Amino acid sequence: MEHPVDGPRFDHRQHIPGTTIFDGRMAMRGYALNKMCYSFNRKENREAFVADEEAYMEKYGLNEAQKQAVRERDVLAMIAAGGNIYYLAKLAGIFRLSVQDLGAMQTGMTVEEFKRKLLEAGKG
Amino acid sequence: MARILGGISTSHIPAVGNAIANNLQDDPYWKPFFDGYPPIHAWLAEHRPDVVINIYNDHGLGFFLDQMPTFAIGAAHEYRNEDEGWGIPQLDPFPGFPELSWHIIESMVADEFDITSCQELPVDHGFVVPMQLFWPGAPHNPDMPRAIPVSANTVQHPIPTLRRALNFGRALRKAVLGWPEDIKVVVLGTGGLSHQLDGERAGFINPEFDRYCLEHIVHDPDRLTRITRMELVEKAGAQGTEFLMWMMMRGALGDNVREVTRNYHIPISNTASGTLLLECIE
Repeated sequence: MEHPVDGPRFDHRQHIPGTTIFDGRMAMRGYALNKMCYSFNRKENREAFVADEEAYMEKYGLNEAQKQAVRERDVLAMIAAGGNIYYLAKLAGIFRLSVQDLGAMQTGMTVEEFKRKLLEAGKG
Repeated sequence: MARILGGISTSHIPAVGNAIANNLQDDPYWKPFFDGYPPIHAWLAEHRPDVVINIYNDHGLGFFLDQMPTFAIGAAHEYRNEDEGWGIPQLDPFPGFPELSWHIIESMVADEFDITSCQELPVDHGFVVPMQLFWPGAPHNPDMPRAIPVSANTVQHPIPTLRRALNFGRALRKAVLGWPEDIKVVVLGTGGLSHQLDGERAGFINPEFDRYCLEHIVHDPDRLTRITRMELVEKAGAQGTEFLMWMMMRGALGDNVREVTRNYHIPISNTASGTLLLECIE
């Protein structure tokens, strides 16, 4: 059998459950949100966000869906609004959330349940 | 002439940086992970490479989505480990080797790989955590080689194919072997293995697929180029695409390698962690 050709038109696995492919479409949608999160590499920007979240989001031109997702600390909504996890992680850092905390929030588990799930994966 | 001694791959999980800073190597959670590294320290102490080419993926420190190179090579005198936004202790700068960087860039572009050259490149955990794992105390370990960072895009699709990654490594090998000085080079591939941070599938880990990759990357990496990028996302997880760095490293080692050591442990943070040391057979 011919092995699959890896091109945009030749891959049947475009829909992977629970997974958003961050491609050009999502990159366009999420640009303002991701740009804001990228700014959090600098301490003074993290402090400015904490001092006035609304003003900071306004400055970066977030749309209402993005703002609402940030207000509600809703990671899945941030992703739906175009957020990229590598940049969102910097926002999560401001809230002192680890990647286990983020995992629990996205899967509807408690943090302990999520950590247990990871440990179980090692026993398989 | 320059020689490539071998390649070392490892996961580059940020939490490892904190574990090192807090001396948790013997903690029960961390020990099975850190136990993978002493054989690598012994090999490095025996072979003492002069240069380390560190193939990693930037995570939103060196590059933003405004300008996203698919393949970037550092050509700086030093590489600064800057603030990533979440409080990992920052290390002192890593000395570079810009003359060799430019030689590699010249050679690879002549070989039709379109490289983004970077005379400044802040480096994040993807670059520094492996350095700390392999050369404890980095960058102040007395054996610390001069560094050349190579970053591939896994932040945003389209990412490179596995075939392109392997061929990139092969062109990198050709470039290094064309350097006239007698230097010893080691190539790192950092990231992976299976993990996913985002979405309802967060926490996804796939030991069966990781073992398949670990098995074939040693002696038959071309087999792995049959994996499509979407299949890689499906089977390795959204961030498991970092396995591309391992393929780039493998390409730089030539056809014949000897496996010196490997380790595989689940979980570290949200990730299936792995490390592999392959020595080149001339």
